[in-house]
Amino acid sequence: MKFKTFAVFVGPSVLMMLLFIAFPLVSVFIQSFKITQPVYETVQMETCTPGFLTQTCVTEEKSVPVLDEAGEIVTQTEWVGLQSYINVLEPERAWAALSAGDWRAFQSIDFWKALRFTLTFTFITLPLVLGTGLAIALVINNAARRVKGPVIFISLLPFIITPVIGALSINWLFRGDGILTATMERMLDRDIALFAQAWTIEILMMVYRVWHVAPFAAIVFYAGLQTVSSDSLESALIDGASRWQRLKYIVIPHLMPLIVFVGMIHLMDTYRVFEEIVGFSSQGHVISLQWLTYDFLQPDQSGNRSISRASASAMLTMVGIVLLLIPPLKRTWRDHRGSH
Amino acid sequence: MTQAVHRQPLGLRVLSSGFLIFWCIVAAFPIFWITVMSFKSPVDAFDGNAANVIFGPATLAAGKGISILDILVYLALAIWMFRRIARMLPDMVLSYSPQGRQWLGWLIGAAVTGLVVVVTFFALLPAVLNVLNPLVGPLGRDVWGFTTEHYQTVWVDRGFFRNFQNSLIVTLGVVTVSLTVGTLAGYGLARSGSTLAFWILIIALVFRALPHSVLVAGYLPVFINSAEILRPILGDAAPTLYGKPVAVIAVLVAINQPFTIWMLRSFFQNIPAELDEAARVDGCNHFQAFRRVIMPVMWPGVITTGLFSFLLAYNDFLVTSLLLDAQNQTMVPAIAGMFNRETTTTDQVVAVAAAVSITAPLFILVMVFQRQIVSGLTAGAVKG
Repeated sequence: MKFKTFAVFVGPSVLMMLLFIAFPLVSVFIQSFKITQPVYETVQMETCTPGFLTQTCVTEEKSVPVLDEAGEIVTQTEWVGLQSYINVLEPERAWAALSAGDWRAFQSIDFWKALRFTLTFTFITLPLVLGTGLAIALVINNAARRVKGPVIFISLLPFIITPVIGALSINWLFRGDGILTATMERMLDRDIALFAQAWTIEILMMVYRVWHVAPFAAIVFYAGLQTVSSDSLESALIDGASRWQRLKYIVIPHLMPLIVFVGMIHLMDTYRVFEEIVGFSSQGHVISLQWLTYDFLQPDQSGNRSISRASASAMLTMVGIVLLLIPPLKRTWRDHRGSH
Repeated sequence: MTQAVHRQPLGLRVLSSGFLIFWCIVAAFPIFWITVMSFKSPVDAFDGNAANVIFGPATLAAGKGISILDILVYLALAIWMFRRIARMLPDMVLSYSPQGRQWLGWLIGAAVTGLVVVVTFFALLPAVLNVLNPLVGPLGRDVWGFTTEHYQTVWVDRGFFRNFQNSLIVTLGVVTVSLTVGTLAGYGLARSGSTLAFWILIIALVFRALPHSVLVAGYLPVFINSAEILRPILGDAAPTLYGKPVAVIAVLVAINQPFTIWMLRSFFQNIPAELDEAARVDGCNHFQAFRRVIMPVMWPGVITTGLFSFLLAYNDFLVTSLLLDAQNQTMVPAIAGMFNRETTTTDQVVAVAAAVSITAPLFILVMVFQRQIVSGLTAGAVKG
């Protein structure tokens, strides 16, 4: 294919990606070093309240935003260097807390709290999703042909459901005296408040995530199981391999590329954990990196969005993604070089 | 010998089917349960006793229930209609729609079917059963607590219908644009082995991993001020992009592009290149080959990719909640607003009904397109 034809075919897509992915990235990078604020001026104001005989008057200095002729708030943009990063990371406080060995104080800083949760969440759910997915795939493969279709249909439901709604639906089962909390309370004969402390919420979020992603892993693995060569299984049987050994030495190595694939996708997706925070309304106890950026972007009571802090926290989130992606990208590059 | 590999001791078989049943219950239970809750009065919906939630005594006591006759009629009609539709719809679509425009026929067919179902179940049947119930004695007495009032609250009083329309606009826009752009790119990438194509794919992979909030942080200031930024180019017609569905469609298409081109590329690689080479020997250029030879055989891949684009746009919360204003809000952010605002249990059940309303189209989607979804999930993976 000539370059010109190739360019025409690929052009629109590349243009979209440049305009709406690459350009915003650059702009976020630049924004993170700038800060845009309304210009404030200090004015003396006298406020009087009616009193008996005389008015009570108070003179105070107030800072009010400067307005231009049209009545709009005048803003100015300054280069502040790493100030936004420092605002997000709060290195001094973090360092003081760490050197004092005070984990709780360290975790009171939003960014480190979010980072801690995001990483724990990612690395705890990873083996759970792979394990559950493999188990489901094995039992589906083992089931009678007639039930396979309906079982796959049911398995797809948690995967396809809107993440916020999925999290909400789990939330409703447990919140307050939700049906499952009530059942657990009856079984254990004690009061349970699952939304009163961080760790129980985190467990619920992990349960939700495994419920949501395990079907994806299961279906990919199930497809892989169809291609396991029955010849090697038979020869293993003749050699006296037990069921467990056949699984361990033939089936799992055969599935290895798929396990790596699902693991990678899962790492990328859980690192972006966000919908759980919304669905479980857990922002009081647990937050994630992406939620932190989202929160900075939300207008506060006076309608301002802290764009520069959001940019800084977005850039810091990116660093994690890049670190996460280096090993697989290296491998792809080696494969590409090898194939030529 | 093959038999021996598959022979299993009884214990293992029991364990395997036990786990399968357990998984099916776990997978379906939350969705099933919120569906049940959405039809009950608040007292029943949040009762700690499962039987009360299912049978709804408080709902019944409030005079909202259905009789055995209702249940039988509804069930029978649902089964009959399902069979009827499954048998007749494909034939009717194929015989009435003009050649080559089958998708239009399907679209109209689906819309008409939906309308008929809604009218019969929510308008016609209740009226008929109201008359019938007093006539049949004990069969007509209410036995099971069941109310659709929360759905009425959500769709009529809370204006969820407008959110639904917005979701429809955004979703349809994203699917159409992203497939058009993506198909071209996927074809180009599949047929070119150049290093440039490789790099485009790799960069797309990196883009796929980006957290969406990073991108939104880039759009927000630009979109809010877009009227001023674009004024030198477009004059006074320059729009403020913030809050406009068009802007969100563009953003979601771009976010979806990496996934779309990877997936379509792998589908196109499965179409033998000899096919378009043959067309080019016969005198077509690349575009004619694409239009006349590739397009007729690429539909399975396009449908599958379209399904995933649909899911992305439909399920999105982050982008739509930050970039759309209140009038253009789609369903998912709207329900999050509802959920955060709620104070009473009635509000909670209303939110539950809204959640079920959002899930219902997805449920139908899986029912109709199960095979395509599974093939899409495995397509990228099995080939690596």
